[in-house]
Amino acid sequence: MGLAPTPLAPAGEFPARAGLTAARAARGPEKPKWGTTILFLAPAGVLLLVFLIYPAIYTVLLSFNRGRNGIFNEWVGLDNYARLFADPDFLNFSTFPPSGALWNNVLWLVLYVSIVIFFGLILAVVAARVRYEAVLKAIVFIPMAISATALAVIWKFVYSPDNIGLLNAILGGVGIAPVAWLGDQGIVNFALIAVGIWGSVGFATVILSAAVKSIPAEVIESARVEGANERQIFFRMILPMVSLPVSVLAVTLVVNVIKLFDLIFVMTGGGPGTASQVIAFTMYQQAFGAGQWGYGAAVAVVMLVLLTPVMIFNVRRFRAGSVT
Amino acid sequence: MTVLAEGMAGSRPRTPAGRAVAALNRTAIHVFLALIGLIWLVPTLGLLVTSFRPRADIQSTGWWDIFNLHLTLENYSQVLQAQGMLQAFLNTVFIAVPSTLLPLAICAMAAYAFSWMKFPFRDTLFLIVVGLLMIPVQVAFIPVLTGMRELLPDLQLLRGYGAVWLAHTAFALPFGIFLLRNFFITLPPDMIEAARIDGASDVRIFRMIVVPVSVPAIAAYGIFQFLWVWNDLLMALVFVQDSTKYPMTRAIQSLLSQYGTEWHLLAAGAFLLMIVPLIVFFSLQRYFVQGLLAGSIK
Repeated sequence: MGLAPTPLAPAGEFPARAGLTAARAARGPEKPKWGTTILFLAPAGVLLLVFLIYPAIYTVLLSFNRGRNGIFNEWVGLDNYARLFADPDFLNFSTFPPSGALWNNVLWLVLYVSIVIFFGLILAVVAARVRYEAVLKAIVFIPMAISATALAVIWKFVYSPDNIGLLNAILGGVGIAPVAWLGDQGIVNFALIAVGIWGSVGFATVILSAAVKSIPAEVIESARVEGANERQIFFRMILPMVSLPVSVLAVTLVVNVIKLFDLIFVMTGGGPGTASQVIAFTMYQQAFGAGQWGYGAAVAVVMLVLLTPVMIFNVRRFRAGSVT
Repeated sequence: MTVLAEGMAGSRPRTPAGRAVAALNRTAIHVFLALIGLIWLVPTLGLLVTSFRPRADIQSTGWWDIFNLHLTLENYSQVLQAQGMLQAFLNTVFIAVPSTLLPLAICAMAAYAFSWMKFPFRDTLFLIVVGLLMIPVQVAFIPVLTGMRELLPDLQLLRGYGAVWLAHTAFALPFGIFLLRNFFITLPPDMIEAARIDGASDVRIFRMIVVPVSVPAIAAYGIFQFLWVWNDLLMALVFVQDSTKYPMTRAIQSLLSQYGTEWHLLAAGAFLLMIVPLIVFFSLQRYFVQGLLAGSIK
């Protein structure tokens, strides 16, 4: 869903098809042609330096500055970080369950990632057994194509607190009082996570379905002939075969969660109160809403730190791919 | 159909009891999948129906009240004209087209260099690109905005589309270069070598050989990037600061904060936002899914 984008994080986390080997084997001309090389690389290189590499480093510096309303003239050392981690809206362990933006990301991480993979795997395996597989996969995949903003409108309507909201109408039909899905601090995060799951299951299904189908039919059939039942086939054969795509998918979903913004911003604006804020939302809100640019920079640095292990994992896996 | 599906359908239980269990299992599967289909279709369909219902009806009954159905295009004409969604639609096009074509050209060139040209630190530089895949855009916002304000004090870039074009292009590069490079290196080396021996320059090999034979991969990436930009809200919030240039995502977001329960406007607006991605999805599904999966399997 727009999560990646954040409809969906680009599928870039995936291992390269052939690592570095193929390119290394390719023979260029003996001496580098500097003019042509620069011609081909300069546009990308300049943009990456100006818009990504230099800003990433500079953000770390700015996070040590007050930076009120974008004027960076007051060095404050680690004060932004101290305030950030003392802020109950960011992380609060004094209540049960804990709360705060970072905690909400943890909630998302645990529920969203596991349930999306679970549904994706079930659908990939089960849908392969019916004739309308393609139609079903297309239906489940549609939310991937549309904007998180549209997703937010669709579900805000479903969650509507009055009698025109589908969910409360269904509850009313069985005699249950209407629920303020997005207005109750204890419910709102689960309601949002459900939308996130709805938006991403299609992606998981398509990825895992390709993996499930790469298992040769004869292998499954011969196991069946030898007396394996469906459960054994799933846990002993299909599951081990899809463990690599599942790990790749999990990385993508984790990155989705850390970058999650659009859906929250449109559906609840972080509310009620601050109940549904997430870290990327806090960054935007603090820097551009409250004018605390230095504080926002500190939040951005926390995001970068959270994504660094994924980055290292990715680069390592890519290099490993190139050795084989 | 699939190898696995045939394999599974191929085993027939022999005893009557076994057949009954199998039939029950099959029914359970159909019921489960039908339920999944409903859960994934109904929310969107509900909003679609709502977008054609008169305001008074929407406020009084649920959209599923189909025995009392009046349809109208009033909501669309109102949101397009009075709420400025037509302008916002055009703005989205103005933002999305350059923000797709620029990264396509720049990524293809860089990917070619990383695949078929020889220069020092090539593999190290490429590993940096792989690392940059993970950099969150938030990290760049504050320095880039500060820089744009300081270098161009009258906010030329931020008042027009320049800032958002540049930002979308730059942030698209790591993924685009990664994706296209992974495709380019699968091209047969003999083809490139033969052209080199014939004296073709790199520019010529790139334009006359690599790009033409890579059209499916480039198209898949182009579709992905186009939809990414079309659907984006965050970058538009940060880098488009003239309200007459807001794209649809931003227009709908402000509709929602102004008229949170005016569902006739919101539903029609949301469908105007969705229509282009849905057309792209249904007409180019193969490329679209390829774009998403690219580099993933195998």
